[in-house]
Amino acid sequence: MTFDSAVPPGDIASMWDDHKFNTKLVNPNNKRRFEIIVVGSGLAGASAAATLSELGYKVKCFTFHDSPRRAHSIAAQGGINAAKNYKNDGDSVHRLFYDTVKGGDYRSREANVHRLAEVSVDIIDQCAAQGVPFAREYGGLLDNRSFGGAQVSRTFYARGQTGQQLLIGAYQALSRQIAEGSVEMHTRKEMLDVVVKDGRARGIVTRDLITGETEAHTAHSVVLATGGYGNVYYLSTNAMACNVTAAWRAHKRGAYFANPCYTQIHPTCIPASDEFQSKLTLMSESLRNDGRIWVPRDRDEARSAAQIPEEDRDYYLERKYPAFGNLVPRDVASRNAKTVVDEGKGVGPLKNGVYLDFAQAIGRDGVETIKEKYGNLFDMYERITGENPYESPMRIYPATHYTMGGLWVDYNLQTSIPGCYALGEANFSDHGANRLGASALMQGLADGYFVLPYTIGADLGDRLGEPLVPTDDEAFTSSIDEVKTQTQAWLDVNGTKSVDYFHRELGKLVWDYVGMERTKTGLEKALSEIPALREEFEKDVRVLGSGDNLNSSLEKVGRVADFFELGELMARDALEREESCGGHFRAEHQTDDGEAQRDDENFAHVAAWEWNGKGQVQTRHKEELVFDNVALTQRSYK
Amino acid sequence: MSTTLNLKLKIWRQESPEAPGRFHEFAANDISEDMSFLEMLDVINEQLNEQGIDPIEFDHDCREGICGTCGVMINGQAHGPEKATTTCQLHMRKFSDGDEIVIEPWRANGFPVVRDLVVDRSAFDTIVQAGGYISVNTGAAPDANLMLIPKDASDAAMDAAECIGCGACVAACPNSAAQLFTSAKIEHLNLVPQGQAERWRRTENMVETMEDFFGSCTNHGECHEACPKEISLDYIAYMNRDYLKSKLKNRKLAGQG
Repeated sequence: MTFDSAVPPGDIASMWDDHKFNTKLVNPNNKRRFEIIVVGSGLAGASAAATLSELGYKVKCFTFHDSPRRAHSIAAQGGINAAKNYKNDGDSVHRLFYDTVKGGDYRSREANVHRLAEVSVDIIDQCAAQGVPFAREYGGLLDNRSFGGAQVSRTFYARGQTGQQLLIGAYQALSRQIAEGSVEMHTRKEMLDVVVKDGRARGIVTRDLITGETEAHTAHSVVLATGGYGNVYYLSTNAMACNVTAAWRAHKRGAYFANPCYTQIHPTCIPASDEFQSKLTLMSESLRNDGRIWVPRDRDEARSAAQIPEEDRDYYLERKYPAFGNLVPRDVASRNAKTVVDEGKGVGPLKNGVYLDFAQAIGRDGVETIKEKYGNLFDMYERITGENPYESPMRIYPATHYTMGGLWVDYNLQTSIPGCYALGEANFSDHGANRLGASALMQGLADGYFVLPYTIGADLGDRLGEPLVPTDDEAFTSSIDEVKTQTQAWLDVNGTKSVDYFHRELGKLVWDYVGMERTKTGLEKALSEIPALREEFEKDVRVLGSGDNLNSSLEKVGRVADFFELGELMARDALEREESCGGHFRAEHQTDDGEAQRDDENFAHVAAWEWNGKGQVQTRHKEELVFDNVALTQRSYK
Repeated sequence: MSTTLNLKLKIWRQESPEAPGRFHEFAANDISEDMSFLEMLDVINEQLNEQGIDPIEFDHDCREGICGTCGVMINGQAHGPEKATTTCQLHMRKFSDGDEIVIEPWRANGFPVVRDLVVDRSAFDTIVQAGGYISVNTGAAPDANLMLIPKDASDAAMDAAECIGCGACVAACPNSAAQLFTSAKIEHLNLVPQGQAERWRRTENMVETMEDFFGSCTNHGECHEACPKEISLDYIAYMNRDYLKSKLKNRKLAGQG
């Protein structure tokens, strides 16, 4: 296993260019002699598969969806950042780099973030050329908007569907390669193991979700672009199928898992209405550009929103953070919402939300302008709640949305298993302890279009002529046996409770103890209660049907089993990190005015966890973070 | 707090693509009107699991109406009674106590049933692979603002690009035609300058691939009525215009507009 960040020496501004020059190239004619597996077909996976194929590599791409166009990247609403400075408002690569490091509360690797800011401009060019219908001004130029955590307007968008449009762009590029025969696309196949032999990733094992067949696929490199783990909380804004399984199985084969406690709670989601709720719906953060957040001053307030006069409202973000107001970063907005709701000032039937009010914006700009900007979001809100946000304010509350932690990767995006890479939300690399709005799409596409296609050469360049490990090798056959045995074992439990029941119960534990605010006592409870629940799950879960056709309970049970192990690791990571930073807020570590209190002396490092076997405590490794280009300060958005 | 409904469900169950299917009846009691349609099915599945009956398989993922994974026929309507709404965004407050609800998979030869309410829509991917892209390798793009695109054209492309590929248009069509989907995919690219170089090739290839899987359009307009993104029938007209033009076009002169 390798654990070296492999950050090249030299000045950060020229580092990426120098690295590309110094990295081994693979001759175009030799690229077709290398086979690469890409797992996942969201922004990172589809863009990587398409680009690797354009370069000449032989690519196999896998998704558990029915089509590569379905991945959860599609649900991103607000936009994608790029340091184009088209607005002439002082943006630059350095400013985007600086904002991202600061927004991440100084827990990300400078070199990776700078590269991300550099390639951000290429992403917009690429997507526009693909036909992505970004919003435009009447002169025909691209439009931008501002977003939380930044004081410049650098966000490109396509109505409220930026993720969908960018994903369709990547999907179309991928479709072109599939049509040309250079990408072999596998839909409805779920990766269940990474095959490692002689310390290297050699391929994967998948289960065909329609036929139940377990298959081995060999390759020179394995790329995991399998998204985040927010569904560990059961209720989150993630799609129902989002899971940690691919990343977790790689972890169990030797890939370190970094900073699992860094999870992002998105401030603007529709509050839960009851126990049957299957997921939470996000309202784009861009709404905070025009919406004003408030709660009644009086916790016993009984009037409807419209009847509450100005003097009885508390616009608490504008009051506490005059410079950023409603546009403070996500973690700050979320925690403040929790504070007012905990004080009993919440709104709605369950008093579990805060108002997001557009009355002033509608009065200023007119209904038509607001409809143009947010029409589909307003419609979605009304469909779900039955309330009309043009007339009464929306009710919002934070929900889990994104996970900054993930597989540890080096500068080349290689995990600690040589030959195995992680891209997009599946890796830990660029967002530190908190991700800024409109940066997830940027990172997914940066990794897939512009980073991995070059950095993968660093490893492949030395391996010309190396034969593939055949799929009848013991490394593959033993992995297939393990997967088959485990699949059958779930069917044989035949307990009394559904997979969803256990997932819901696990989610409650993780939300209560490893959610928006964590305490030592809570985390210690999580560490005893999660394993106890897991034991019950393993004895009492009921999965009906068989393993040789479409069986969604069977798909879910393995994913929930992985969430159990991950949930435990999240609690352990949060407990060991005796500081607050970004999305990780330890109640014991806060400033006098309730902000996250970092401990740079002891915790300016990445915690990367090594799997030691089932039931064993993982080993915590440290990658020290060096800040040569951004001075560490207490974040302040006042 | 919220009112509850008692409903009678008739749900299509089919073991495999080859097996014969039939309707099964289920009672759905105490369903909160704040539930989504799929959450109602979740509740039924929890009950079936308790009774030792295989849960009903249905496709779904984002539950926000954007991924296009879900979709069933509800009382003969694709995605059910609410206009411009996917199945996952349909809420039970649109139904009344005592209603009987018939739930079926998409019905079309181009979408064979996989199991229960799940169908195979890979024909849509095949249509896109026939030309639904702009050939631009990563890295070859000029600065995005070098190309001016009139806002009206860009907005029209965006209207087409809103298609989520759910297949409701095909399911709603009496001919199982896929004109609305295909035209949205073609015109998203044909309406903007970047798409011009491959305009005619794209149109012919995608239309002809579509015809391998789906029926012919006879202008019923049911597709538009069922479409959760309200894709306009205008795009079918644009596609037909492009197809006809393409057949008459000398492609060597395509650069002359």
